[in-house]
Amino acid sequence: MDIMDLEKTCRAVRRDIINLTADAASGHPGGSLSSVEIVVTLFFDKMHVDPTDPKMTDRDRFVLSKGHAAPCYYGVLAERGFFDRSAFKSFRQINGILQGHPDVLKCPGVDASTGSLGQGISIAVGMALGARLSGNGARVYTLLGDGELQEGQVWEAAMAAAHYKLDNLTVIIDHNGLQIDGSNDQVMSLGNIKDKFTAFGFEVVEVADGNDLKQISDAFDVPVAGKPKCILAHTLKGKGVSYMEGQVDWHGKGPNEEQRQIALKDLAEPEGADPEKISVLDNRTGAEGCA
Amino acid sequence: MSEKKAIRVAYGEALAALGETNDKIVALDADLSHSTMTYKFADKFPERFFNAGIAEANMVDMAVGLASMGYIPFVSTFAIFGTGRAYDQVRNGCAYGNFNVKFAMSHAGVTLGEDGGSHQAIEDICLMRVIPRMTVIVPCDANEAARAVKAMVETEGPMYLRMARMPSPVLDMDMPFTIGKANVLREGTDAVIFACGILVDAALHAAEALKEEGIDAAVVNVHTIKPLDEETIVAYARKCKKVVTAEEHSVIGGLGDAVASALLGKGDFKFKKIGVQDRFGQSGKPFDLLEEYGLTAKDIANAVKGL
Repeated sequence: MDIMDLEKTCRAVRRDIINLTADAASGHPGGSLSSVEIVVTLFFDKMHVDPTDPKMTDRDRFVLSKGHAAPCYYGVLAERGFFDRSAFKSFRQINGILQGHPDVLKCPGVDASTGSLGQGISIAVGMALGARLSGNGARVYTLLGDGELQEGQVWEAAMAAAHYKLDNLTVIIDHNGLQIDGSNDQVMSLGNIKDKFTAFGFEVVEVADGNDLKQISDAFDVPVAGKPKCILAHTLKGKGVSYMEGQVDWHGKGPNEEQRQIALKDLAEPEGADPEKISVLDNRTGAEGCA
Repeated sequence: MSEKKAIRVAYGEALAALGETNDKIVALDADLSHSTMTYKFADKFPERFFNAGIAEANMVDMAVGLASMGYIPFVSTFAIFGTGRAYDQVRNGCAYGNFNVKFAMSHAGVTLGEDGGSHQAIEDICLMRVIPRMTVIVPCDANEAARAVKAMVETEGPMYLRMARMPSPVLDMDMPFTIGKANVLREGTDAVIFACGILVDAALHAAEALKEEGIDAAVVNVHTIKPLDEETIVAYARKCKKVVTAEEHSVIGGLGDAVASALLGKGDFKFKKIGVQDRFGQSGKPFDLLEEYGLTAKDIANAVKGL
């Protein structure tokens, strides 16, 4: 896919994130916005998936270990055609397919229920073992937050990935530097993440700007054999929305109507916008199912 | 005296045997494969065995990943670690997503013995049965363990198999095994003892002793705590009126509470729970511990007589 198209898709996903969290008046816009280029690149460029056959056996797997970035995930899945955008109405609503955190039983294209941090990477390790055992050629990708690295289970999983030499596994760290209570360094210093993953037996590819599509794409293309790969992507929390960028306050709340409009203006198409790609939801009139 | 065999040994043998005919079965362990007996599977199918090291949380979620790829993972370690330390992984990683992972945990209960209270799971049935979608099976002997493992392979969904460490009597009885269907081992009209695990044998001995005193007690093997066979439980409680439950587990949240819930509003019964009375375990010889914690045939018989 052409990089211009991917940029356009990223803007559309960002508008989805804003609309989803504004409509729900809750959710996690900051860490969703920082992850956009990573998830868009995977689903539109790198991964072997088929939206019309979401359970296809040999599909590549993606596990959103930082499950609170669900608005980004849902935006990407909808833009990719896994479900209709009308489902957006159900985000964080009773009986909806778009739960506050991804639910494998409810949302097409989701392969694991995540949200309890540290678990997704272990599930991805199990998937990579299964893919190798079955020989179906599937590749496994999992996206972690940087604060998530404070969970001990992440390092259990990292040890296992290296022990089993899982070169079909790519772990991506969305390193935006911020978590709920403040910066990583204020809350619990992570030290040198690159050195840590290297010491655990990963090939680490550091991406200076994890919100740059070319840099992210190149990182995915770095060949690694005999060991798992870690992409350490330096990103900007709240990327693309003027008043959210670098602001820890926007970790876990939705914008109000006025803030939504400012954000949508920030994320508007540069010129001659394609109306098909612009996400504007009707004002919510009540909780609706979306099946 | 009947033959003795540890339930965990039967598990290891059954898993290794089923591995021959079902190549979807995989096994995971956390550095305890010679205690949980998964080494029997590992020796035969090394490519389908994954040692997670001493990292139970990661092990459980690796199993979830393997299940999502179409495999049937059996996850084993001590019950205390598998259900306690990795609780969030069992709940959120596995059951919340309805993954087909089989948790086969050994060394449950005080008969783990000398290692002491830190290692004796007395709350695992409670922890597992409260999780939606989780099936909970507590086999009474080696033969039932083997049948249970086969049924677990054949039935989709997250399941917990609770196993004891010590060799225990193999019951000389013809018992079919259907998940969720209790087995009536002895008919009776004066009282009914609902038991699970190694206390089924104790319940049979209690009923034998009670017979000599003119008390005719029924014994029902409730090998599946969830889904509970409420039909059989209500029928025998109504017939006998006096109800005793027996389990090597806390009286809080285990078989006793499950039976009590099933009987709520179903009639007037006299009821007593035999189990660990809200205490932690401790080091000791397994059968001394059964005495210390009031889990013997004599304790069960006395409970019946006290109603």
